[in-house]
This record gives sequence, structure tokens and C-alpha cells, in this order.
Amino acid sequence: MNGGQDLGGMHGFGPVAPEADEPRFHAPWEKRVFGLAMAMGFTGTWNLDASRAAREALPPGEYLTSSYYAIWFKALARQAEAHGLATADELASGTVSTPALPVKRVLRGEAVAPLFAGGFPSDRPVATPARFAPGERVRARRINPAGHTRLPRYVRGQVGTVEAVHGGFVFPDTNANLAGEAPQWLYTVRFAGRDLWGDAAEAGHAVSVNAFESYLDPVDPEPAA
Amino acid sequence: MAHDHDHADHDHDHSHPASELSPMELRVRALESVLVEKGYVDPAALDALIETYETKVGPHNGARVVARAWVDPAFRAHLMADATAAMRELGIGGRGGEHMVVVANTPEEHNLVVCTLCSCYPWPVLGLPPVWYKSPPYRSRAVIEPRAVLAEFGVTLPADQRIRVWDSTAELRYMVLPMRPAGTEGLDEAALAALVTRDAMIGTGLPRTPERNA
Repeated sequence: MNGGQDLGGMHGFGPVAPEADEPRFHAPWEKRVFGLAMAMGFTGTWNLDASRAAREALPPGEYLTSSYYAIWFKALARQAEAHGLATADELASGTVSTPALPVKRVLRGEAVAPLFAGGFPSDRPVATPARFAPGERVRARRINPAGHTRLPRYVRGQVGTVEAVHGGFVFPDTNANLAGEAPQWLYTVRFAGRDLWGDAAEAGHAVSVNAFESYLDPVDPEPAA
Repeated sequence: MAHDHDHADHDHDHSHPASELSPMELRVRALESVLVEKGYVDPAALDALIETYETKVGPHNGARVVARAWVDPAFRAHLMADATAAMRELGIGGRGGEHMVVVANTPEEHNLVVCTLCSCYPWPVLGLPPVWYKSPPYRSRAVIEPRAVLAEFGVTLPADQRIRVWDSTAELRYMVLPMRPAGTEGLDEAALAALVTRDAMIGTGLPRTPERNA
């Protein structure tokens, strides 16, 4: 979605401001939100893409003025309520007043170390051959889906070069809606800075994104002169 | 918000003194209470998750990878070809780094990693990201004016060194392999790892030199 999360190329946010001591968490509640988001993700009620979609669905003004873990908290509370795992009254009071719903899995304390050290891969087999090969020129499609997508606005409509083919991966745009993993080929596409930013581009600047196959169209080779 | 203000503005009779807890603390406690009581969340899992990512997983892991790559050409070759598998040789991997890609700096090209859409970051090698990495100034500017961003980190690259920005828009996670600093020929792997900063592995910094590290 063209939401507050799609920040590439925007102006006006000021300088990057590293903190002197850079604490991982800035308040006790931030740690709890982090842990709760990981543990609830593991229940399988939703997935990582759905969580990203819930965060970026905050209105842009709210997204941009909320701290990082406040965004996580708001999305998590919204997801829990939307899936019937908790009611608004329960979330406001902290007191349970409705029965629990069954969930697919519960993350147990002793399982955290092995599961998180193993990770949760998102590569998947794709039956069809890759449409593009390294070196090919492609154009990022001008898509503007109201739902989740991982094609940033600043590359849409732009021509770049395929640099790598990474295999099949879960397609976030469908997975975020719990509409299936629908895996697609994933590519690295490199764009010249001047093609993205025109005369404003710094010298010798290139940007690459990882793009799913359905984000890309072929560009016909230039006709021979 | 009215609920928050009730707690923030008045000292009600709670089991925890409300005057000492922020509105967010209260809201998160309510959420946690409900999710735990309904059996969706094991409190022991919460503690294990927080301990793991607060104290165990961090840039020391990435520094080991970089130092090994600097001293061992075969490891470096493996790392560049299949970073996930190469890191597994060192016992490093997991959530947020299932599909690792290492990009190597050269005199011709410097690499910089960003996630413009959220906060994708290679957890197993760098830990959880710092706030600036997740915040709008860095996410908006890294792709359009990386040299200006680097200057704010005190890094000025030669004008003829290209800058390559990697926007982490899918589940691939990037780590920069910085160039080995001059004057480090006699150092062992542990001493080399001590030169490798987190920012050097994001691309917003360069490794320390032995003089500056001393």
C-alpha cells in the first residue's frame, strides 16, 4: 500500500540521529511487545507478512509519529482483536472475559533457542522456470495495490537490470492476506541512481531491490541502429 | 486515549502504582495479561525471547564472520557464494537471517544496507537494529543521498568509489564485508574481529584501524 511505511526518497525527516548508548530497548514495555509479537507470530494465526501489513495499515500520520515498538504494539493489538483472540474490552482492562480460541501452536520457553537458532525459511519451490536471467533489463511495474506489497514506490515504472535470481520465495502480497504463499521467483534488480532520481542523483550511485517476478515486465532490447 | 489519561493523570488504586507506569506500560501489560491468561503465550517463551535478543545475539557474531573472511580465502569464497551456509559453519544463523547475502566492499564500490519499507536487518549477525536504522531519516535518505548520509556518520569516501545501496525488500538479509584495514597483517582473528564495528557491517561505517583501536 502507498502508506506511511514506504519512505524511500522522501525529504524532510532531518538528520540520521544515532543515540550515544543505543539501547536495544528504551522501556520495559518495548521488550514485552517484542516478545509478544514473536510469540504470537508463532501461533500461526497470522504470518510475518500479515504483521508487516498490519503495521503499515496505520494511517500515515500515526505511523510516522509513533515509535517503532508502539507501531508493533498497535498492530499486534489490532491483529489479536481482528482474529477474535481478544476483545477490545479485554485489551483495555487486561481482564479476560471471553473464552480462548484454539491456536495452531504455542511457543514454549524451552523451544525458543532451537527454533529461533534454526529460523523460519521462506524459500519455496516454484514449478515454472524463471522468466528473467541475470543481465536482462526489466521494468518495475506501475502497481499501486491498496494491500500489502514489497515493491517500493521509488522504483515503480523504472528500468533496471537483473543481477541475481534467488529461487522461489513466499509472495508477501498474497501471504499478508492469508490468501496463500503463492511462491514466485525472486530477483535482485539494480537501478542506476540517475534513472531513479534524475539530476539529483549523487555520482556513482546505484540502488538494488529484491523484486518478485510479478513486479517485473521485460524490456525489449533496443533495436539495432 | 481516554483510558490512558485515566491512568496517567490520577493515582488509582492499582496493584502497581499507576503514577510510576506510562500509558504504554499499562496498555502492554493489559495485552500481555490477556494473551498469557488465554494460553496463547507462554511467559517462559517471552523471557527466553527477550534474553536471547537483548543479550546473546549481536554484532560480535558478524565480526567473527568478517574476521574469518579476512584470514581464510576459502571461507570468504564460500561466504560470497552461499552466506547462509558459510555462517552456519561458524554456528551463526536463525530468525531474521534465514537467507543471508554478503556484499563485499572494494576500492571501486562501497555497499550500504537499508530497509526503506520496514526494518529488515540481519539479526543473527548484527542483533536487533538500532533505532536510527528503523527510523524515517535513514530509511528515506539512504536510497536517494547515501553520500550525505555517510557524511553524517563521519564517513567520506573517495569521489570515484561508487556507492551501492541494497534495499532489503524481501526476505534476503544483507551484511557488508568491509575491506581489511591496512596495517593489520600481524593480527590474529580475535584481534581482527575487535576492529569490526556494527556500522561497518551495515555500510554506515568503516572498520577501526589498529591505531584507533588501541
